[in-house]
Amino acid sequence: MTLLMGAVAYDPKVVTIWEGFRRFLVDHGLPFDFILYSHYERQAEDLVAGRIDAAWNSPLAWVRARRLAGAAGARLEALVMRDTDRDLRSVIVVRGGSGVESLSGLDGATVGVGAVDSPQATLLPLSLLRNHGLAAGTNLTIRRFDVGVGLHGDHVGGERDAARALIAGEVDAACMIDASHLLFAREGLFTASSTRIIAETEPYDHCNMTTGPSADPVLAARFRELLLGMSYEDAELRSLLDLEGLKTWRPGRTSGYQALESAVDEARFYGEDGALLADDYRP
Amino acid sequence: MTIDLEDLGLDAGGYLIVQRALRDLPIGSRLAVHGRDPALRVHLAVWSREQGHGIDLSGPAPTVVKGSATTARWSRARRAGDPGPDGTLPHADVRWGLAMRGALVEEGGPPLHADLIDRGVVWAEAAQQLYQHGAARQWNPDTAVRWDAPFALPSEIEGAVVQVMTYLVENEYAAMQIPAGFIARMHPHYREVMQVLAIQVADEARHVEVFTRRAMLRSSEMGVSGAGGRASLQTLLDETDFSLAAFLLSVLGEGSFLDLLEFITRHAPDPVTREVAGLALRDERRHVAFGMAHLKYAADADRALLGRLRTAVERRHDALADTAGLNQDVFDSLVVLAAHAWTPESLRSGWNAVQALQKAMNEGRQRRLVQLGFPSDEAVELSALHTRNFM
Ligand SMILES: [Fe+2]
Ligand SMILES: [Fe+2]
Repeated sequence: MTLLMGAVAYDPKVVTIWEGFRRFLVDHGLPFDFILYSHYERQAEDLVAGRIDAAWNSPLAWVRARRLAGAAGARLEALVMRDTDRDLRSVIVVRGGSGVESLSGLDGATVGVGAVDSPQATLLPLSLLRNHGLAAGTNLTIRRFDVGVGLHGDHVGGERDAARALIAGEVDAACMIDASHLLFAREGLFTASSTRIIAETEPYDHCNMTTGPSADPVLAARFRELLLGMSYEDAELRSLLDLEGLKTWRPGRTSGYQALESAVDEARFYGEDGALLADDYRP
Repeated sequence: MTIDLEDLGLDAGGYLIVQRALRDLPIGSRLAVHGRDPALRVHLAVWSREQGHGIDLSGPAPTVVKGSATTARWSRARRAGDPGPDGTLPHADVRWGLAMRGALVEEGGPPLHADLIDRGVVWAEAAQQLYQHGAARQWNPDTAVRWDAPFALPSEIEGAVVQVMTYLVENEYAAMQIPAGFIARMHPHYREVMQVLAIQVADEARHVEVFTRRAMLRSSEMGVSGAGGRASLQTLLDETDFSLAAFLLSVLGEGSFLDLLEFITRHAPDPVTREVAGLALRDERRHVAFGMAHLKYAADADRALLGRLRTAVERRHDALADTAGLNQDVFDSLVVLAAHAWTPESLRSGWNAVQALQKAMNEGRQRRLVQLGFPSDEAVELSALHTRNFM
């Protein structure tokens, strides 16, 4: 029996990473294989249907899989996550000279967001705005930058386009994950005083490795143990861990997805049973 | 511990201050970071996460909690010897890749595709000195030779010079390609040897330049290239063992060329020919010196080496037994070059000069073989087996 994992091919490096991890896992006695998906929705559906045993899930894919599993009476477990998946924040950014000091200053503004299915650059920041009485169609115009739809925001292109639009004056504010703000500053897209952060979300969690109903408990336990045991001191693993953007795997936790669950409901993105509701979402 | 970045952003280099402050703190230590950059809190949280540190945003100043990842990255790193001339190790690890000698080398990364990785196989104690000597004595082919010096030679004499130059150039090609091939196979841990070889390649490039230019100075038609001479050079190109190649090329071949170039310098019928041969001679002395220095070192490290050198000469002799060796045209041209004129008396003196040259080459080879540790009777025998092509 083989533990079969799904991962979304949002970038060619995904092949390098999982080929490398697969070699490590197999070398350590775990029969392991993976298949690649072109987007997260089919992966979440296949996980719950037992066609794959585990899925490297985006936070939004976790939310969808959890809802599908709930409706089907299937059991999921958030097995592990990266150290870098914990306590992220999204920020809402304005131009430095704009005079907007807080969210209330965005009444009537145009806000640039990432792809329709980006938790960090669209769903979560729009929820934050909504909680401050700012909603699309009433007192806010949303300009969406749909790059890599179906990848749940893994592709940074939408956020970068929103950031460019902000600098170009095409939008009054832009939404992005905290790491992208630092990235765009390092890249020189944002210069020292060209932008100002006016709001941050509460910390939330990002990806997790989810096991589904078909996962053999013994193999899943071994999978978890081997991932948690990956050492950054190991040069071969280190290059893979660097590519995947972590120093160490941490135990999975589900406490960091509440804000996204709410945002998904508010946006009517998925139904309580995991159905795709957003009619402008074509992964 | 507390630091203050003032108004420096983390995105503009502020992380360097944080990194430096964390460097000597034990894992788990807390570093409060003050500063006036409005994005400091957000950026510090991102940076800490990316670096594997914890972050505590509950207090008035964001606080980094040192993680173990930076330490982990270097925990298995090793020093690749010492940087100085005495810092080489007997064996160079291909996993060091192109790391500088003495560098702290992180594990991982692609291994170097080098097979000359043992000191005993490549080293010479005089390598650094020979490199520095060579680097200091590079000359400019354009200005080191008085290319416009007036002279006029009878066409037969000029033709002989062109033939000799044609021969020299093909030998220089071999002398340029052989060390170049070894550079690519050598572990840079033995950088002094690579540097010597690189200077040698550059020297040969200049020899190619000046010999070609002399050949074309008065003539548009070059001399002939004999199959036997090229067969002889091909056996040098085919030698993949560094020490054997150094022996056949530098000690025996370039060693013989010292006498040849001295002969041309002494008997040159014109100033340009004299000068180009003299300049090449200076460089070749160094090439021979390196070959000798290396072989003395390698023979000390491996007592069986002399036997292998002997076999290499015999094998090459057998391989070339059915070839002509030196092109008759080259031999004749050396006679004519040294004769300076087309008279019986002059040709006799040219002939005698070439006889003396061959004797000098033979004695030179024997002398070097004895210096390497061969008994004198064996040196006589081996010198006689050397290629008739000189190189
Ligand atoms: Fe030369
Ligand atoms: Fe040479």
